[in-house]
Amino acid sequence: MAARGHAADTPALRVRDLEVELGRGTRRVVAVDRLSFEVAAGETLAIVGESGCGKSMTALGVLRLLPGASARMRATELTLGEIDLLSLSPEELRRLRGDRIAMIFQEPMTSLNPVLTVERQITETLRVHRQLGRSAARARALELLHAVRIPDPERRLQQYPFELSGGMRQRVMIAAAVSCNPDVLIADEPTTALDVTVQAQILEVLLDLKRQRGMALVLITHDLGVVAQTAQRVVVMYAGRKVEEARVRDLFANPRHPYTRGLMGSMPRLGASQGDGPRGRLPEMAGTVPVLDRPAPGCAFAPRCALADARCTREAPPLVAFEDGHTAACWRADAVIEAAHGVD
Amino acid sequence: MIGYVIRRLLMVVPVMAIVTIVVFVLSRVGPGDPAAILVGDFASSAEIARTRAAMGLDRPLVVQYFSWLSQLLHGDLGISIFSRTPVLELIVQSAEPTLLLTATAMIYSIALAVPVGVLAAARAGSSIDRALMGAAVLGFSTPVFVLGYMLAYVFGYRLGILPVQGYPGLESGFGPVLRSLTLPAIAIGATFVALIARVTRASMLEVLSEDYIRTARAKGLPGSTILLVHALKNAAIPVITMVGIGFGVLLSGVVVTESVFAIPGIGRLTVNAIFRRDFPVIQGVVLVISLAYVLLNLAVDLTYTLFDPRIRY
Ligand SMILES: Nc1ncnc2c1ncn2[C@@H]1O[C@H](COP(=O)(O)OP(=O)(O)O)[C@@H](O)[C@H]1O
Ligand SMILES: [Mg+2]
Repeated sequence: MAARGHAADTPALRVRDLEVELGRGTRRVVAVDRLSFEVAAGETLAIVGESGCGKSMTALGVLRLLPGASARMRATELTLGEIDLLSLSPEELRRLRGDRIAMIFQEPMTSLNPVLTVERQITETLRVHRQLGRSAARARALELLHAVRIPDPERRLQQYPFELSGGMRQRVMIAAAVSCNPDVLIADEPTTALDVTVQAQILEVLLDLKRQRGMALVLITHDLGVVAQTAQRVVVMYAGRKVEEARVRDLFANPRHPYTRGLMGSMPRLGASQGDGPRGRLPEMAGTVPVLDRPAPGCAFAPRCALADARCTREAPPLVAFEDGHTAACWRADAVIEAAHGVD
Repeated sequence: MIGYVIRRLLMVVPVMAIVTIVVFVLSRVGPGDPAAILVGDFASSAEIARTRAAMGLDRPLVVQYFSWLSQLLHGDLGISIFSRTPVLELIVQSAEPTLLLTATAMIYSIALAVPVGVLAAARAGSSIDRALMGAAVLGFSTPVFVLGYMLAYVFGYRLGILPVQGYPGLESGFGPVLRSLTLPAIAIGATFVALIARVTRASMLEVLSEDYIRTARAKGLPGSTILLVHALKNAAIPVITMVGIGFGVLLSGVVVTESVFAIPGIGRLTVNAIFRRDFPVIQGVVLVISLAYVLLNLAVDLTYTLFDPRIRY
């Protein structure tokens, strides 16, 4: 894994206390609340949570691409390798986007420009960031299409997005995103809009590229099945906050947060180590993610949590470290374990 | 594409057939008797009747229509009652200043309005946006003749830097022609500029909120590339549509403006023909302009393919 010149202990991306607010006054929403994570070169970090948990806003906040004039982001630290993103001017930041840090989006059908050719959409990053000439960029685009396993790349280059299937479009998105060999690739639900067989192919392409190029991959998903197949570490988000973080193996073996348990309960295929204990306690997750316009004092998950007690609704639980690298924000984390093992 | 053009050209036939019927009916139901106008105020009723018969105005309307139509199909638009000149000749003579005026107005309007609309959209909500759109409302609501007289007064009379009357003709060179068309073109184009700028802004705003613009920003492309390539190309279709629709607005402005600036074009020809009830000329002008309008709209539809690869004919 070719770590690109930074010291081994410097993560490719480090985010500390990221906050994203949308709207103003009574319409103010805290979409991301003091979220911290880091990802190393060659590593895949999954960020998982239901729709509306603030995953996309996290990604857009890191790239400083939040929608609208009223969106605001804040962080105590935001570094890309050795580069402090918080101190950069908008122009300096623009030069990094698409070059050192890239992103692919959930909606392959709408995320490509409908009136520009595939060639243009893949080569423009190379031409802007690498000053490649037309034919050099084109040659590079052919390699990239090959790398994302698009057959007949010569013909595809001349086509427009409407001539491609959803899976093909997402491959084009990926090719464009990795064209400059970014250090960090953020993939926001890259397979959610695709059907299952295509999903697996796209994930495989992503993981291969990550391995070949030693990128750090931040894979955003609402699907724990995807996490199990792809990631080394996982951050579980709920209502804008990190509620649990662990190595993937530890998370599946020993989930600490009732919300994580709930997600596993609603997962179609569970890992072998999962008994039916949690299903008994959290048969399904009733309710939905709260909109964070009126932050309640307690744990945001308490209204949906079978284990919640008086303290949970009164006081927000802090993130607590359990075994190595495993943290969770739950007052009842021990009860979760007991419930899982059927002790209760 | 060629097949589509041929089909569209064939569709011009029924459209123009309807136009001929409307033109014919309108010219006969209006008040005033062309024969009476032609022979003058002091003619006897017998004289008028003779003239009517000579002009074929005493025949049944249906017969009159079809004989007129058959003339049209032979390229004969009739003879001006007033000047006794073939209508087609009159139109060809007046066409040069009108074509040049329309083209000048159109080109400068688009060249001004599209950047204004793009800038307003890029700075939506800012004071620049508000100033530009305020100016657009003003431009849109100022009548062409008011603007025409104002421009003539300021630039022609007070400053004396541009001619305000007449048209020298291409034989005197391109420079003088352009100078004499500048003020009328601005007068005609004001409405058009306002219209196109507003449509450009609205269309750009819609496009700028699309996912693919977010993608372009995530790629780190320069702001100008995002606006002018990624957004504008997508925003072009409604703008082109409005150019086609606005052509009608432009033509109505031509009629007024040519009178204000004494330009001997189709507009003046039409106004004079209306005052003289010179109905062959009126009919001829309406037919020619209708045809131009239909063909322009075909051109507009074909222009779409330049901007959107999904549109194929
Ligand atoms: N453009 C927006 N304006 C206001 N609120 C938004 C906007 N986009 C998303 N939100 C809110 O921000 C929160 C987080 O959204 P998002 O990050 O898109 O969630 P996820 O990606 O996890 O599904 C949600 O509560 C959502 O309602
Ligand atoms: Mg999302």
